[in-house]
Amino acid sequence: MTGAVLEASGITKRFPGVTALEGVAFAARAGEVHALMGENGAGKSTLIKVLTGVHPRDGGEVRVGGRPIRPRSPREAEAAGIATVYQEVNLIPDLSVAENICLGRQPGRAGFIAWGGVRRRARAALARLGLELDVDRILSACSIAVQQLVAVARALDVSARVLILDEPTSSLDEREVKELFAVIRKLRSEGMAVVFVTHFLDQVYGISDRITVLRNGRLVGEFPAAELPRLQLVSHMLGRPVGEIAAAARAPAPPPRAAQAPVLEVTGFGRRGTLHPVDLRVGAGEVLGLAGLLGSGRTELAELLFGVARADSGQMRVDGRAAEARSPAASLRRRFGFTPEDRKTQAILPNLTVRENVIVALQVRRGIWRRIPRSEQDRLTARFVQALGIKLSGPEQAIRNLSGGNQQKVILARWLATEPRLLILDEPTRGIDVGAQADLERLLAKLRAEGLALVFISSEIAELVRNSQRVVVLRDRSKVAELAGEQVSEEAVMQAIAEKP
Amino acid sequence: MALLGNALFWAALAAVLFGQRRRVAFWPLLALALLLLFDQLCLPGFFGLEIRGGHLYGTRIDILNEGAKVMLLTLGMTLVIATGGVDLSVGAIMAIAGAVAAQASVAAHLPAGAAIALALGVSLLAGAWNGLLVAVLRIPPIVATLILMVAGRGVAQLITGGQIINFNDPALVYLGTGWFLGLPFTLTLVLAAFGLTALLTRRTALGLFIEAIGDSETASRYTGLPAHTVTFFVYVFSGFCSGLAGLVAAADIRSADANHAGLYLELDAILAAVVGGTSLTGGRFHLAGALVGALLMQTLTTTLYACNVSADVAPVPKALVILAACVLQSPTLRARWARRTRPAR
Amino acid sequence: MKLRLAPQQIPFAAALSVLGALYLAGCLLFPHFGSLRVLVNLFGDNAFLGIAAIGTTFVILSGGIDLSVGSLVAFTGILIAELITRGLPPPLAIAAALAFGALFGAGMGVIIHCFELPSFLVTLGGMFLARGLGFVVHPESLPINHPFYDTFVAETLAIRLSRRLSLPFTADCLVIAVVAFTALARWTRFGRAVYAIGSNEGSARLMGLPVGRTKILTYTLAGFLSALGGTVATFYMQSGNPASFVGLELDAIAAAVIGGTMLRGGVGLIPGTLVGVLILGLIQTLITFQGDLNTWWTRIIIGALLFVFILLQQLVIRTASRRA
Repeated sequence: MTGAVLEASGITKRFPGVTALEGVAFAARAGEVHALMGENGAGKSTLIKVLTGVHPRDGGEVRVGGRPIRPRSPREAEAAGIATVYQEVNLIPDLSVAENICLGRQPGRAGFIAWGGVRRRARAALARLGLELDVDRILSACSIAVQQLVAVARALDVSARVLILDEPTSSLDEREVKELFAVIRKLRSEGMAVVFVTHFLDQVYGISDRITVLRNGRLVGEFPAAELPRLQLVSHMLGRPVGEIAAAARAPAPPPRAAQAPVLEVTGFGRRGTLHPVDLRVGAGEVLGLAGLLGSGRTELAELLFGVARADSGQMRVDGRAAEARSPAASLRRRFGFTPEDRKTQAILPNLTVRENVIVALQVRRGIWRRIPRSEQDRLTARFVQALGIKLSGPEQAIRNLSGGNQQKVILARWLATEPRLLILDEPTRGIDVGAQADLERLLAKLRAEGLALVFISSEIAELVRNSQRVVVLRDRSKVAELAGEQVSEEAVMQAIAEKP
Repeated sequence: MALLGNALFWAALAAVLFGQRRRVAFWPLLALALLLLFDQLCLPGFFGLEIRGGHLYGTRIDILNEGAKVMLLTLGMTLVIATGGVDLSVGAIMAIAGAVAAQASVAAHLPAGAAIALALGVSLLAGAWNGLLVAVLRIPPIVATLILMVAGRGVAQLITGGQIINFNDPALVYLGTGWFLGLPFTLTLVLAAFGLTALLTRRTALGLFIEAIGDSETASRYTGLPAHTVTFFVYVFSGFCSGLAGLVAAADIRSADANHAGLYLELDAILAAVVGGTSLTGGRFHLAGALVGALLMQTLTTTLYACNVSADVAPVPKALVILAACVLQSPTLRARWARRTRPAR
Repeated sequence: MKLRLAPQQIPFAAALSVLGALYLAGCLLFPHFGSLRVLVNLFGDNAFLGIAAIGTTFVILSGGIDLSVGSLVAFTGILIAELITRGLPPPLAIAAALAFGALFGAGMGVIIHCFELPSFLVTLGGMFLARGLGFVVHPESLPINHPFYDTFVAETLAIRLSRRLSLPFTADCLVIAVVAFTALARWTRFGRAVYAIGSNEGSARLMGLPVGRTKILTYTLAGFLSALGGTVATFYMQSGNPASFVGLELDAIAAAVIGGTMLRGGVGLIPGTLVGVLILGLIQTLITFQGDLNTWWTRIIIGALLFVFILLQQLVIRTASRRA
């Protein structure tokens, strides 16, 4: 591939126990916007971190303008011409806009900073993006969008040839995205090579010239954006070829028509800046699937349902009676359960034992004073270790030392011990091995048969379709489709995800 | 006779050490044993023990008696540290408690029971103030408890009118100097407080909740844990323990000295908890280990005095122990050890 | 100048108003309060605190805290007194003390940075160590009798303002230190890196700032300034005492916080700390003038002020994060 400013080939990166990238090739060309796409665990962020020197690579080659580089820090990558703007603005919130642009390379005289020069240089850097800002403003007083643009200005203050934007739009509203895109177009027209990481399909098609898709640490392919239909892109990302969908992956039979009110029903339920209002209901003995790409609002919806974040619009009814999702504690009293997406930081209590991790939710429901007797704790733990096939050296082992799949089973056991009526499972099968995945699916079917109401979130469409009787599809933080019974199929779900608004 | 007593002592210590060989308390216990061994070998008279008027006397008894204040403080401090916080105001609360008890007894002529209750009540309030700042107003613990650390001694002086208040209500004095079953009463007090703390944390779910919050506050929140309530409580409890320690300190010298009561003891308490195996980043706590840590600190101090090191210079070796213990416990060193002992999966 | 205040500057503005109000109240309540002598004493008496508080401010700006100040000031005092008593020329004794302070601070900085230990703990250890070492040097108060002190510092260097009033050298030291370190904080890359690290250490690292070096230098600077404060204290007291200045670190922290330095780091001004020190000094002076109020009220009022300003900071942080 010639004409590429940035050229990476055969990139391999291993972490203890996982190969995050395997022989990945990537190229960014001058005057082009190149989108990097992939679901969770695809290796996008690892690739970015290798390119920008945050992680050292274990194999492969990176060239900028034909010259091989091996950056060991973001600073070295910058010196080589690779500038990066991250999702979370990596600037100093308490310093001024001007200072953030020049920090660490302030112009000076005799060891003293020349503040006039700092301001001039900042204004010039912003002008290059077509922006006019008060450079004396404290950064934290600016909107996230402006902070993002300041980060771009800082990145370009050195002579950058490649600009990497790592999910810059995930916390911006539409107008702010437009503003950012205008800047990107301007840079593209000046010959900058722009690498753009995002989850939003509309944005990808709105600005990219070229799309590279990664999946499970491997390169799926590089495509000109104009020649890649949306459905095709989604199928590349999810790894399910269109038209080759297994007939076996069929939704289970619909639940018996229940006379009683659904366990949980919400109408117009949402939160400003997080999720547009949605309606959904889930009844006893039913699995409701939530489909959507990363960033579609599926996790946000789950957190609102469980009360981790408070909804600011809409009503919730539990068993037909008006209720409020006030806090996880209130949801727990209602016999709801929730296994969050980020197991490591949101679910496990890493240094506590498996036993303690199992009983903690039940204990919270019983309150501080009614401690679960040790014998009952041991019984409960033993029962779930056996029922879920959790592999461990003993119940007093710290959960931190278990494999991901076994940790996930312990978290499930935590909620099952509370004998829940509704369980919200956010990506329960992510990062766990195939055997454990099959175990979990069997468990899901069994729980449903026992009359549990389940909300099931997964990026694996096949898995979602196999296990759900109804599927709600989310895109760009709103509900776009609801499929039931015969309508539930991989193709239909993918169509709904990929559809143009 | 003395020889037999000593042999028994060492046999018991060895047995305890062996029993704890896989527990967190092992290392501070071992350090304590080594220090005592040094005392036995190098300091004649250190191991003397005699019975006079039905009371046991000896350096080891002095250590227990003198260490009582830090042991009491450490119980509360350990719980606070386990939630990931720290309480810098314990010394100041001690001064307040002593001042309240002394004034209640001397100026208001209250009976000892009422004076003690009043002092403990005020300590609970002080703890509640800290808890309010940390749990409700979400001010970082170091900053929040710093306020009382600054103002607390002023409040104590306000109560005593800037004087050292001497009192001699026998029941009040008994707290610090009394004898019970042949041993100093302070020991009974420490054991009772330890029992209460253990009961409160291990017979209820409080201990589990404290450890969960310190281990991962986010995961605790996602599980519906009453994090605010628990955090508030540990500061109140620390206030209570400080109050008890303040009463003992005042009773010991039969007077309330707002300037010097409990000065620098917050350090000893933090150190005892850390040496006892409770991590400064929160999580698992070890009450018995903390008591051993406190005893270790006191034994070190007493040994230094016995070696003719003046009370003023004693902080030097103590500081070195603090720094060494912290460095050994630091996340960097731990990570390095973990890497060496546990190969990557 | 624009009139619109950034939320970060509100505490500083509040501190200035408090200082003005206190001074005005003093002038209205007591005759002679407005005299030049009171003002001169305010600077002279609080010089050592002010200088040490500048060091504390740097540490807090970088996101840490320094509890070793009081001990280190006392240690410097007794070290200088002892060295002079043993016949070392005062300038050499002072140089040795300053070097020791810087080294001591650097040691704490290295431990904090390399072992990722909380600064409050390491500086607590430093507090113990310095306090004990003071007693090792000399176990009790030691007067300094040397012409350098009696005539040179006390008379030659003092600036005569009128027949009966002169500006003590200690006050000059304070003013010079405030000017010099304001410049360091505002006009050097080191100073700006301190702010950046205190505001967001992770970002500072990603932006390529020398985080480790800056942190260690910050504690070195704090140690040096504590030693300088201790030196100035010997000019003021004409003696050294290993038992003195217990709790000075709390006054230094209070001065920094009241002067608008955010305890979470990243926001604050060196002149603000001067304002904070002057507020503490004015409270002391007011209580002295008043006569019936006792000295412990100083501590309580400082505690109350600290509480109010910390609350104000918390409020500012919340409104700022809500707006973003």
